[in-house]
Amino acid sequence: MTDRPLKVLIAKPGLDGHDRGAKVLARGLRDEGFEVVYTGLRQTPEMVASAALQEDVDVVGLSILSGAHLTLLPRICELLREEDMGDVLVTAGGIIPEEDIPALREAGVAAVFGPGTPIGEIADFMREHAQSRA
Amino acid sequence: MSEPAGSGNGGRLALEARGGSRRALSRLLTAIESRTAAAEEALRQLYPVAGSAHVVGVTGPPGGGKSTLVAALVAVAREAGRPVAVLAIDPSSPVTGGAILGDRIRMQQYAGDRDVFIRSMASRGHLGGLAGTTAESAAVLDACGFGLVFIETVGTGQSEVEVASIADSTVVVQAPEMGDEIQAMKAGLLEVADLVVVNKADRPGAERAALQLRSMLTLGDEVDGPGDRPRPKRPQVLLASGLTADGVPELLAVLDRLHEARADDHGPHAARLARARAQVEGILADRTRDALWSPHRRAETDALVERVAAHELDPYAAADRLLEQLRP
Repeated sequence: MTDRPLKVLIAKPGLDGHDRGAKVLARGLRDEGFEVVYTGLRQTPEMVASAALQEDVDVVGLSILSGAHLTLLPRICELLREEDMGDVLVTAGGIIPEEDIPALREAGVAAVFGPGTPIGEIADFMREHAQSRA
Repeated sequence: MSEPAGSGNGGRLALEARGGSRRALSRLLTAIESRTAAAEEALRQLYPVAGSAHVVGVTGPPGGGKSTLVAALVAVAREAGRPVAVLAIDPSSPVTGGAILGDRIRMQQYAGDRDVFIRSMASRGHLGGLAGTTAESAAVLDACGFGLVFIETVGTGQSEVEVASIADSTVVVQAPEMGDEIQAMKAGLLEVADLVVVNKADRPGAERAALQLRSMLTLGDEVDGPGDRPRPKRPQVLLASGLTADGVPELLAVLDRLHEARADDHGPHAARLARARAQVEGILADRTRDALWSPHRRAETDALVERVAAHELDPYAAADRLLEQLRP
């Protein structure tokens, strides 16, 4: 593959209206040299999947604080697989209890980053695990 | 070109994208952005079936409301059942190469509508308000049945006019209170507009801004003598609000009429000739560069460049010699 920049979708599924974390991450990943598609607040799983498909992203990063992660995140992974995008790396961040992480991993979320995770760590994880999809 | 030519991958992607696979279309656009051999193969197949879409450039300063206006135009087109595509370009960082692609945020309501395709592109160091592969991307969307393709440029200053050489029609979006009438007299962006839209018409001062623009853009027309020297366009000035959608149906109707009027003329219109010329020139430059720095010529080319750096040879003489070497 060519050494094009990694393309990442940052979205906030669900109804909570607090997007500071998502914005900090989007900005931080920009500074890591990524191309970041930012779709903002209140995204339905269909909006996230459709944006991932049309943008042909390597990574989908989901920020969620509302507590609906066990409903929304598996649904997004399922929609991505239906669109033949099962090879896209899905990561999550926000407020997600430790005990829910195994279920999310089972559903297809590759990693969950809690509050305070250094952005460099997230970027390195994405670089390492995103499929090369040139 | 990073992949071996003739791998067949490009041809397959082109076929599937034409057949309606959005996944294939999306992957093809990625290949085009990365300028792979597969992309060239696909473009060779798709170019002959493109050419019927109306490619509309939407440009103007940052914060003028381009994304919101494009979203409103998409809504009007969808009401009429027309398939629409959007290419939205945002700048890449000159430092890290990273980018925030944030135009989509205003267009997310179309998720689930298969006849709307929105793609963000980072400029990747290309100047002029576009990404280097915008024209090719628009041609692919055109070939895949999107009859209306909007190209939203990065927020532009006064002289990023490249979109006019790629689009059939160019809309320059202004907002109220963005400068006095002297701004409208300056050379640059306004000269390449087919239409000027004073957006945010719901805000105070919009009518006045439109009046000022109209009077400045037509200033001196009555004393302009005959002659065939190139002239700036005389764009129509419209008021619209992307937010409330006021004036947006009228804007799309004016764009449609512009496109139809050109179709009635015989042969390709000036904007398409300019686009074709720019495309061929771009490919010629790439091909020449590839040939001169190909493995068996590279040493010779580099040696000449070194002599230019040492001021032993002038750059014109070096270029002439290199061109001479490319002749069969």
